[in-house]
Amino acid sequence: METNRDDFIIAIRSAFLKKGTKQRFSLLVLLFVSVTILFLGKYNFKGINILKSGLNEIVYRTTFIISVPENFIKNTYYFTLSHINLYNDHKKLKRDFNALQAESLNNDFIISENRILKSKIDDIVDVSSEILAKVLVDKQSPFLKSVIVNRGSKDKVKLGMAVLDGEFLIGKVVEVNYRTSRVLLLSDLNSKIPVSIGPNSIQSILTGTDQNMGKLQYTQLDNINFEVGDQIYSSGSGGIFKSGMPIGKIDFIDDNNDSYILFHSNFSQLRLVKIVLYENLE
Amino acid sequence: MALSKLPISRKILSIGPILLLYVSVLNEFDFNYLNFKYFSFNFPYILIFYWSLKGEGSLNYVLVFIAGLINDVVIGLPIGISSLTYLLICGFAAYLRNITLRPSLVKDWFFFLFTILVTSSFFYSILVIFFNVKVNYYDLLFNVLYTFIFYYFFSFIFGYYLNLLRRTND
Repeated sequence: METNRDDFIIAIRSAFLKKGTKQRFSLLVLLFVSVTILFLGKYNFKGINILKSGLNEIVYRTTFIISVPENFIKNTYYFTLSHINLYNDHKKLKRDFNALQAESLNNDFIISENRILKSKIDDIVDVSSEILAKVLVDKQSPFLKSVIVNRGSKDKVKLGMAVLDGEFLIGKVVEVNYRTSRVLLLSDLNSKIPVSIGPNSIQSILTGTDQNMGKLQYTQLDNINFEVGDQIYSSGSGGIFKSGMPIGKIDFIDDNNDSYILFHSNFSQLRLVKIVLYENLE
Repeated sequence: MALSKLPISRKILSIGPILLLYVSVLNEFDFNYLNFKYFSFNFPYILIFYWSLKGEGSLNYVLVFIAGLINDVVIGLPIGISSLTYLLICGFAAYLRNITLRPSLVKDWFFFLFTILVTSSFFYSILVIFFNVKVNYYDLLFNVLYTFIFYYFFSFIFGYYLNLLRRTND
């Protein structure tokens, strides 16, 4: 028994403490360095932030280049898939187009009426800056859903700015470097934004699920009933986002009365996005 | 002279694993676009464990440490966490190498499962407790499971490469 314990200690010591013939440092030293970096990073130590910022600039660009072959395969896959679904898509688009044509006739009137009403309650918000950005890195790991875009503090990107794909809200800026920024997508588990659910404008919080779906939280009141197909908009509460930005629609409601949201935008196919800052006109 | 006997080919072959590690952390072979629910595996874990175990020092620990930092930057994790898990895997593999007299793929495979369960537990605990980052537990669990399964297949590919490497060194 004593010998077994000695063998174990010798093997552990040899693995972690002994410096191999081709190694400059022992594992223990490097483990210690990693823990130190983690610890200092947690408390926003300036040196770590500089290291991180420098690494970000180099790594994001390198990743973009190295991902070219994989992106080619990915794009080919989507291209083939779109050809396979062409007929069904065409039928669906034709149906949607007819419906939209009818709706668009009313829209101009409603928009102008809405603007007048909002001016009465001093809630007019407008875009104060809009930056078009290209998605450099789209590595949606199973743990964090985010993308890197090619605009940073140099282009006046600020933390918390809303990010849109066309007219659809897709996330917000959570990290700003000199030439690049990281956008946390709405599908990430750590993303939480106030939303409004039509047609009754019920207020709720939308959180990510780490899948390509969102989930509504804090809405389980007795008198509230959502229906599949109800539209989700940003509510504008908290003053971060403008109210009324379309996000998605309720896709299904499970047995626990949890509502799951299908986003309008496909987060796996983001190419160009808009980074916008909304401010009160006054 | 055979192409694989040339000094330049030997050099390229010997840096192959570390090169592949850097490409994999920069590129993240994720297959997310296929939209398979819960499907993901951690290729760097497989590579680091195998080459630390069999590669006779072909993986430099400092380079593994830097690869971890790069991985954190690409994925957006707190910096240092991947380095810690990668180095722990190196340590477990070195321990297995020290205690093994007769190597067996199945034993290595199950020790790999134990290793990634421990390192993933560290990973999860540090993120959730220390950094308050929410991580989907099931995603992580399936990631461990698929990484474990894929180790068996990759070990054959790496084994072939290792034989090639040994032949060039003879």
